[in-house]
Order: sequence, then C-alpha cells, then structure tokens
Amino acid sequence: MEQTLHPKSPLIAKLERITSFREFMILYIIVLSVIGIAYAVPAFLDQANLSAILLAFSDQAIIAIGMTLLMVSGGFDLSVGSVVALSGAVTAIWLQRGVPVPAAIALGLGVGALIGLINGLVIAEIGINPFITTLGMMSLARGMLMVVSNGQNISGLPSSFTVIGQGSLLGIQYPIWISLALVVAGDFLLRKSRFFRQNYYLGGNEKAAILSGIPVKRLKVFNYVLTGLLAALAGVIITARLGSASTTAGKGLELRVISAVIIGGASLKGGVGTIAGSFLGALLLAIIVSAINLLGVELNWIDFVLGATLLLAVMADTFSSKKTE
Amino acid sequence: MNASDTSASLLSVRGLVKTFPGVRALDGVDFDLLPGEVHALVGENGAGKSTLMHALAGVHQPDSGKIILRGQPVAFADPHAASRMGISVVFQELSLSENLSVAENIFANRQPVGPLNLVDWGSLYAQTRGLLDLFEMRVDPREMVYNLSAAQRQVVEILKALSVQPSVLILDEPTSSLTARESEILFGNVHRLKTQGVSCIYITHHLSEIFHLADRVTVLRDGRHVITCPVAGVSEEDLVRRMVGRELADMYGSRATPIGEECLRVESAGREGVFSDISFALCGGEILGLAGLAGAGRTEFARGLFGAEPLDTGRIHLDGQPVRIRGPHDAIRHHMAYLTEDRKGQGLFLGMTVRDNCVAPSLSCFATPRGLMDERAMTDFAEYHRVQFNIATPSTRQRVGNLSGGNQQKVLLAMWMGVKPRVLIVDEPTRGVDVGARSDIYHRLRELASTGVGILLISSDLPEILGLSDRVLVMRNGRLAGEFTRDQATEENIIACASGLAAPTSQATGVSS
Repeated sequence: MEQTLHPKSPLIAKLERITSFREFMILYIIVLSVIGIAYAVPAFLDQANLSAILLAFSDQAIIAIGMTLLMVSGGFDLSVGSVVALSGAVTAIWLQRGVPVPAAIALGLGVGALIGLINGLVIAEIGINPFITTLGMMSLARGMLMVVSNGQNISGLPSSFTVIGQGSLLGIQYPIWISLALVVAGDFLLRKSRFFRQNYYLGGNEKAAILSGIPVKRLKVFNYVLTGLLAALAGVIITARLGSASTTAGKGLELRVISAVIIGGASLKGGVGTIAGSFLGALLLAIIVSAINLLGVELNWIDFVLGATLLLAVMADTFSSKKTE
Repeated sequence: MNASDTSASLLSVRGLVKTFPGVRALDGVDFDLLPGEVHALVGENGAGKSTLMHALAGVHQPDSGKIILRGQPVAFADPHAASRMGISVVFQELSLSENLSVAENIFANRQPVGPLNLVDWGSLYAQTRGLLDLFEMRVDPREMVYNLSAAQRQVVEILKALSVQPSVLILDEPTSSLTARESEILFGNVHRLKTQGVSCIYITHHLSEIFHLADRVTVLRDGRHVITCPVAGVSEEDLVRRMVGRELADMYGSRATPIGEECLRVESAGREGVFSDISFALCGGEILGLAGLAGAGRTEFARGLFGAEPLDTGRIHLDGQPVRIRGPHDAIRHHMAYLTEDRKGQGLFLGMTVRDNCVAPSLSCFATPRGLMDERAMTDFAEYHRVQFNIATPSTRQRVGNLSGGNQQKVLLAMWMGVKPRVLIVDEPTRGVDVGARSDIYHRLRELASTGVGILLISSDLPEILGLSDRVLVMRNGRLAGEFTRDQATEENIIACASGLAAPTSQATGVSS
C-alpha cells in the first residue's frame, strides 16, 4: 500500500527489496558481532580460530539444508541428531570389518535415507504429525545406535577414511568445502528449480497445493529422505573428522539446527525460509559459541545465550512484521 | 434528519476518520441508527463498511470523530468495552473454538456459574437450548462445533452475539454461508429482535435482501458517506450506481458465440453415501449452471470430477476420449480447472505473492528444460492477468492475503488460466465478492466461454445462475433432480426442484417458507 503514496524510482525500490531480505538482516548482525568480538579479542580473527568455527559448524550447515526444505514445506525432523550418530557408527563398524571406504560410507548414508523414508511414509501416507513421528524416530535411532555399538565408541578407523574429515584443500578443510558446496547448490535449487519451489506451495497451503496438482505426498517423502541422507552425510563427516564414532554424537543437534533455520527466517507454520538464511543463522550461532569460548565466559552459559538469541530473533521478527502489516 | 442532531438516535457517528498505512479507510463518515430500526450498510469492498463496524465494535480506535451512544459520547478501548455498552457484533470471519461445545462457544467466558465458581452445566445447556430453539436449530448444546456445517456455525456465531442481550446488533454478511431456508429464519429473527427494541446494522453484498429486511440503507464509497434513505424510496439499480459511482452495464452479459462441440461427458458418477448416478454433458462455450441447496453434494461431486476426492463409480470423457483422473494433477494435465468455493482455506496461498499464486497450478509451464523457474515469464504472466482481470494491487509482488475478497477471487481465477482450461469448474465464484468485482468476474467467464471453454458453474446465488447459464442442472440429496433450459429456468422452478417440492404451476407464487 505504501507504494501508492510514495512512488519510488525502480532502482531504489529494487535496492530496498533486496536489502530488506532476511538474509541481509542476519548478515548485518554477523558483521557487527564479528567486529565487536574482534575488537574485544583480536585472536578471534586468527585463521586457526576462523577455520575452527567453520569446521564445527559445517555439519550443522549440511543438516540445515534438509531442515530448511522440511520447514519451508511445513514439516520438520527431530531425528537428525540420532541419524548423525547412527550413520557414523554404521560406517565405522563396517570400516572396522574391512569393508572398502566407499561401501562403508554408502551403508552409512543408506541408513540415513532409510530412516528418512520411514519418517516420510509415516507422515505422508499414514498422516501422523511430524513432531510425534520424528520424536519417536529420534529415540528409536539413538536406541538402535546403542545396540549396534554396544554402547561403546568405535575408533581405529583407516586414514583413507579419516582424510575426508581431516584433509584440506587451499588451507581449508574438506568438511568446510563440502558444506559450502552443498549450501550453494541447495540455495540455488530451492530458489530456482521448479521441483524444489513446490515446497513453498506445500508449506503455504497444503490443501491449495493438492488442488493445484502438486504431488504433495511424494514431495513430503522426498524431503524426509533427503534430510535423512544429509544428516547421515554429516554423521559420516563428523566420524571421519574425529577419527571415531561416538555414541553421544549429534545429541541436541536437531534443536540447534532448528534454531538456526528459524533465525534464518523460516517459520514452524511453513511457506517461508531460504537455505542461505539458515546457513547464516547457523553461522551466527557458531560465532556466538566461539565468542563465549574466547571471551573466557564460563562454558555453562552457552545454552543460555543460544536460547536467548533464538527468542530475540523471533521476537524482533514478529515485531517488524506486525509493523508492516 | 439534521446532520448535527443526534438526539433521536440510539447510536450516532459524526465525522469519523480512520487511516491505515497508505489508505484512508474512513474519511469523515456520519451515520445514525434509530431505536428499533434495521439499517442496512452497503458498499463495495474497501468502501469502509468493515472499518466502520470495527470502530463501533471497539476493534479499531478512530483517529478523529465522535461515536455517540444514547446521547453520550463514548470511546471503546476494546471489543469487550463495546459489548458491555450493548453493542454486539457477528463477525464475518467465524470466531468459534472448534474443540468446544455449542453451549460453551455461545457463552464463551460468560458461562453461568454455581457455588465455588464452577460452571453450572444444567443452566448452561438449558439457556443454550432456548437460544437454539429461537433459530429452530435442532442441535444438541453439547455438540462439538467441529461437527457442525458452515451454516450451523454461522447460527452459533449469531447466537453468541445475541446471548449478551445487546441493544445494537451488527451483522456482517450473515447470510454468506446460510441456505435460503436458514436465511429466512435469520430474517425472521431480525424482525423479532426489532420488535423487542434491538437495533440492527446489517452489512451485506446481497442487495435483494435489504428490501424485505431493512428500514433504511446507507451507502458508503471510498470511505465516505454517499446517501442514507428509506429502502422504500430506492431501487437496487440506484444502490448499485451509488456504490460503484458509475453505471454498470448489463451485469451478466450475454452469449457472444454459438455453443460448440461436446467437451465433457460424465456417466453415472457416484461416491458411496455422498452422490450417485450423475450423468450429463457439457459443450465447449457453454455455461452450465449447477444449482442446489447447501449439502446437496455439488461441491463433493465437483471435487470428485477433478480428482481431489475419489469417485467410486462413473466414467469421464473429455473431447470424446475416455480419461482416468486419479488426482488433480491428472485433471490439470487434461486441461481441467477447478476453482474451489473455499478461497482462503483451499484456493489461495495467502502468504505468497500474487505472482507466485498465479503460476501455482502450472509451474511446469514456467520452467526451463533444465527445471529452473523462468522468473521473467512468471512475472509477465501475472502482470498480463493483473490487467486482464482488473486486479487492484499495487504490484504482483503484493501478498495475496493483503488483497480484498474480490481481488483474491480474481487471482484465484487468473491462477487457473495457466492450465489453459478446456473445462472450467467454478464453485461459488462470487461468494463474499462485491458488485464491481462480481461484474468483472462475470465478464471474464463470458469471455472464456466465447473462446470455447466449457464452464460448469456451481452457485447458490440464483440470480447468478439464471443470469449466466445456458442450461441449469439441479442437484438434490446427491442426485440430479432436474434440468432446465435457459427459457424454462426460473427461481421458482429451481427452488422447487432443489428442495424436492412439486414444481409450481405457472400461477403459483413459488415456495412459501
């Protein structure tokens, strides 16, 4: 409506539109916090620290791609943290038994995809809601991990495997490259491709999407399979990076990732969100964790600060959208 | 009445102004409600009716101007304050809690209580039953609202407003989801309330209603008061002209091209317990009306035809070829389109832009061979239809949820142009749509028919059915109960057929209620 009162030049209007994107808001905040933290603790900008931040958050970024897809389409997945641990353990177990590296990885990824498939079929075909389905799967997958690993961490993995998590190219570790490549590809596809764009319609109004001929059930199943697969990939990478599969890997990761995605502009109601936004949301959380470390704040404060960040982001969003309506 | 004299009025409004960002919704409106009168308030969407009502109900606070109740200036901080002063509103958007009973909804937060402040259920149900009887509604007060039809919910909503025993009752399009019979009961009750001294403000798009219901009518246009006069002194055409501020040439238009070949044939379509044995043919360029009472199964049949719900029996032929439709995607692939009656709930993506809505059913038409969306083509398509359909929006990047009902309906129609329909099913295409937008929609339907599209028009608005249809089918209790040519079709015939009464003879005056 405002446009009718104050006609603007197309260039300014376009600039305003671009800079009003959620991603820019988070980018401003990231830039501001980086400047602030670097001023307080110059060591923050050391390459070792920066790459430690990126490394720690690379697996979250990978999972956030799938989670964004799900949340845009009106769903979400609590089982990703357990899938991370289970897939890592499955890969590690087969490696210990002497299976070639690619085959072991494929088995780990397969477990993630299978769990995603089960989630998707239960949600889309039986119609049980995503919260209950994936809450059950979260516990089920964690339990399965405890059974297959006998409650023990699995280590002693071949270096041909651990290089995936520990090697580097141009001074930047492989996990960072992998996550960046996936985020760029994912963001492009969710913005541009016909197939992925259907998710906005599904999340915007499922009934209208059905009447518009969008294959809603198939799309849901696909989203959960892809999310399971991405979580499994993160699990494989974490296992390679640490050189062992831990039974506590990925604990609480699902909520961390959902927070990042919401900070990035998605909503539990569906229909909005971008992968770039989620990526930046995850980056912001990672920077905050690093700052807490560097500033010498007691580590017990981490969860408190992350929770406060999420609440502030959502409140700021609600406030600004009320003002424009 | 003198514009400054408010002494005779129960409720007066003087110079009311209310602005929202970018729009002056009320621009110095004067309005008077006399004790015991039914005062109709009409105008196009965006004329300021709803804003005026919201100001009177305490939902919005006016920027300037006065509200005078029984000679005293009043200001309502919130709807509760207005309600305490005896102003009660039946909102168009239903405000019921689906998971509570009828009784608990009607007495929301005002349940009669006994000792210890516990709800006195016996008295609650008895009082509710008394109110339900008033509307001849045979529903148990304990019934959950989610089990009620849209029409029954509307009645509950009205009873909820009546339960505070208001002196001013504001009804916002109360008949939009009622059947003809239920509307008659509502009118009867408005009359009864009037004899008890309750004044009513009655907002409606159905001008025909006000002539046997209202005493006076006020027309608003663009936030300004146009005229207030007794209904006895005006005609429907007068009112329409005052509302739109221009002459509306021939609302329904007329057929421009001859009817073509058969494009759709349905043979004994049925679904267990819902509808059965539906057979008919539709020709290219023909507008085929499908009339019937609410609950006759028209929407269910249309959804079945479109594949949104399964058909148990029946065959469908398109252009003479048998087709199997297993879901809406199959129907769309065969160039069928279905405009749902539930615009907001099932038709549109309210949070998305006009542009993204317009391309929803035909995404693949806007994708490059590599599967990427062609932004330019999408924008061009939306822009083209914005102009074609006369959609009032500053830009196609506007969220559809921000548009008025009439413009939303136009977007819904534009949305289905992308599938290049051969058969277009429109279900209540003008429900809750103002007269200007309605005229635009009728003209588009006529234009589509003249390009050879076969149109199945489902509507509960009989003047619309009669004005547009080349032929009228009537459904009753899930079956086809009659077929009328354009010449045979009259309101009396169709109502008689739809309600199962014997067709009236030419001298009969139709169905008495």
